[in-house]
Amino acid sequence: MIALLRRDLMLAIRAGGGFGLGLAFFLILCVLVPFGVGPAPATLAKIAPGILWVGALLACLLSLDRIFQLDAEDGTLDLLATSPLPLEGIASVKALAHWLTTGLPLTLAAAPLGLLLNLPPQATPWLVAGLALGTPALSVIGTFGAALTVGLKRGGLLISLLVLPLYMPTLLFGAEAARRGAEGLDATTPLLLMAGITAAAIALMPFASAAALRMNLR
Amino acid sequence: MSIWKYANPTQFMRTTRWLLPWLSALAIMSVGTGLIWGFFFTPDDFRQGSTVKIIYLHVPSALMAINAWLMMLVASLIWLIRRHHVSALLARAAAPVGLVMTLIALITGGIWGEPMWGTYWAWDPRLTSFLILFLFYLGYIALWQAVETQDTAADLTSVLCLVGSVFALLSRYAVNFWNQGLHQGTSVPVATGGRTVADVFFIPLAISMAGFALMFVVLVLLRTRTEIRARRLQALLARERAAS
Repeated sequence: MIALLRRDLMLAIRAGGGFGLGLAFFLILCVLVPFGVGPAPATLAKIAPGILWVGALLACLLSLDRIFQLDAEDGTLDLLATSPLPLEGIASVKALAHWLTTGLPLTLAAAPLGLLLNLPPQATPWLVAGLALGTPALSVIGTFGAALTVGLKRGGLLISLLVLPLYMPTLLFGAEAARRGAEGLDATTPLLLMAGITAAAIALMPFASAAALRMNLR
Repeated sequence: MSIWKYANPTQFMRTTRWLLPWLSALAIMSVGTGLIWGFFFTPDDFRQGSTVKIIYLHVPSALMAINAWLMMLVASLIWLIRRHHVSALLARAAAPVGLVMTLIALITGGIWGEPMWGTYWAWDPRLTSFLILFLFYLGYIALWQAVETQDTAADLTSVLCLVGSVFALLSRYAVNFWNQGLHQGTSVPVATGGRTVADVFFIPLAISMAGFALMFVVLVLLRTRTEIRARRLQALLARERAAS
């Protein structure tokens, strides 16, 4: 498992792995928004929590189809499926590698980008905590979407249609926590609810991903 | 007499062949009666005027939009557990019907909401969860069409249906978090039995609801028969190709 994780991380970080792509997309999105809605600080402060969450979600989506696609094309996935490690474990490791290369950097980048969007300072801890708790769910759910579409030629487009509705509860609670933080309220409740969703997703989604992989490899 | 005997496509085709005309006639009659009675022979509401009459379209279609997904969930489970092809085809046939029902519910709701609430759309829990249901239907149908191998498609969509059900339910209760919403509570609570609709409005509504349910069954059976015929045609073509 650790060897697989190390291999995936290595592939993602080396050239052509698309490691920085999600981050760059997140940055560009946060730069584009003020062009779209105007640079008034009050407007920006109001929409910043939502924009940061939607941006993180879309940046996460960008790299989903790479989770299994390359491995399926060169036959690595077949080898992994016949290895002693169960497919559930492979799906978990893949999700963890995806989170380490996208979710974690996005979480770290959110605070400085929040400055760019004039996010109220009291909201920043809630936003970062929310992203840290929420992005693992995005990765495991995304791995399920990638497992569903692994054999398809037009998988990249379909994956967004399949995965985005599944992201809605996480997005709702995450953005709600950041918004409450911006208003100076206590945001523990939405944060806890979101953490619950994440915990359940981490526990259950690898089984669904493995089932989908088995169906696709049969 | 067990439901499993309809897992045999031949048995399914034989039974539905004589069942379908009767069911269709019944569905046309009850939808017609419910809608015509509702539209032309009920009094206008004291405050809502004639806009109240959209209830005869809105409530039955919303009812079927949810139940269609529930039926797909059951059919998917049967496919995953017992691998009866008819079951997978039933789930596939129900999805577009459910999609259209969701769309009807959303559009009629908007048309009614504009004069009554002053807006076509509000991010109200019920409205939002219906929009999310609509997206789930879209994803489900798109996955069916994208996968080329039929059995793999049935497998994958079944898993998507199971996972989607959990998340659809989660979204339904997550959006309650925003606010209590604009949409009124149900007028016909099944659990408590306490109705808030007068009989003059309720009887045509009940007929219309039964009619929509029948219409759903008819459409799904019809579409499933078409799917079975398409499968048979493919099998024939494959056999001819193998022979030549």
